Amino acid sequence: MSDHHRHDEEHDHHHPHGNRPLTEPELRVKALEQVLTEKGLIDTAAVDALIETYETKVGPHNGARVVARAWVDADYKRRLLADGTKAIAELGYSGIQGEDMVVVENTDTVHNVLVCTLCSCYPWPTLGLPPAWYKAAPYRSRVIIDPRGVLKEFGLNLDDDVEVRVWDSTAELRYMVLPQRPPGTEKLTETELAALVTRDAMIGVARLASPKR
Amino acid sequence: MNGIHDLGGMHGFGAVNPEKDEPVFHAEWEKRVFGMFAPLSATGLFNVDMFRHAIERMGAANYLQTSYYEHWLHAFQTVLLEKGVVTTEELRTGHAIGEQEKRTPALAPAAVPKIVATGGSARVDMDVKPRFKEGDMVVVKNMNPVGHTRLPRYCRDKLGCIDRDHGVFLFPDTHAHGKGEKPQHCYSVYFSAQELWGPKASRNDSVYVDLFDDYLLPA
Repeated sequence: MSDHHRHDEEHDHHHPHGNRPLTEPELRVKALEQVLTEKGLIDTAAVDALIETYETKVGPHNGARVVARAWVDADYKRRLLADGTKAIAELGYSGIQGEDMVVVENTDTVHNVLVCTLCSCYPWPTLGLPPAWYKAAPYRSRVIIDPRGVLKEFGLNLDDDVEVRVWDSTAELRYMVLPQRPPGTEKLTETELAALVTRDAMIGVARLASPKR
Repeated sequence: MNGIHDLGGMHGFGAVNPEKDEPVFHAEWEKRVFGMFAPLSATGLFNVDMFRHAIERMGAANYLQTSYYEHWLHAFQTVLLEKGVVTTEELRTGHAIGEQEKRTPALAPAAVPKIVATGGSARVDMDVKPRFKEGDMVVVKNMNPVGHTRLPRYCRDKLGCIDRDHGVFLFPDTHAHGKGEKPQHCYSVYFSAQELWGPKASRNDSVYVDLFDDYLLPA
């Protein structure tokens, strides 16, 4: 068998529906998952279920509901700021990477922004899985030392007299920002309000704009 | 350890570059890596601190040149090799070799919703006396352990103030090395931006870092 032939056969074996060679991580993951399955350490159907959960069920729409509730219900907001974990669980969100939650509130004079400089800790139950930029070196290195510069890159220019608080989640607490309710939203329902809330506002790299007329 | 993972305050990494309409995963293999985390955690073969420490021990150049889920993949391989659960030959060939140990059944799909909703808190239900209270001034120890720590370099030897006491948590510095939970208080500690970064930092800005009792001294 020629080398060329063997090469093609490998393609067919690993990747029946495409004609590109598998990348190094693809090969390693495939091998690892197979070995762990044969050893009875993982059930691939559970892996599938986890992927589906975080692709379709868990995401920033959860956090948006929490924020909207806090905007319309002062008592809920009080509970949310006093014990984030408990108040978030009232809306049905809890669990992996949100076991112990702290919610920090943005006001006219205080702007909060989140980071994990050591790894990429992030509040999964309310915000879903983190975006790539949150996990990458530029954001993690810079937002802690130059938050205003980084926020500017996100299009957010803060006045000098606004206090910027950067929260580095170095332990097992997970943080979420309660953004300010934008002006001109007085007549919106809780569901309409939730639709205005973005992931970036709950990380603290954006402020929410008033709804377009 | 003073590893490459401890990025806070470093220069030279360029712009943040957020991606428009970013998908949850960028490739099929990323999904598989992600989906293996909870089932592997459920085996009890390693804890999240061991997992993080495996990432921290990656070569610095390799760490920076690889993506988040490649870090995870590296960590799975590293801890499973170190625990003797897999061999390099098995990871190379993609098949279990020889007689396999009988194990408790793997995390079943039906158990996924519950584990997602419950997770595993690092909080320890134990009455431990806090060494500090809200408003206390503290100095962060100047320590440079070669093992795992959750004390970033940028706040070592700096003056801070206890903002709040989060309660009692297991201590990652020992837990990552199988040396026990050493439960202790974890605090949110306030630092002024100028204390951390010098007089050119904004006078109004601050950084809050979650720090364990063992990292702190009374000021």
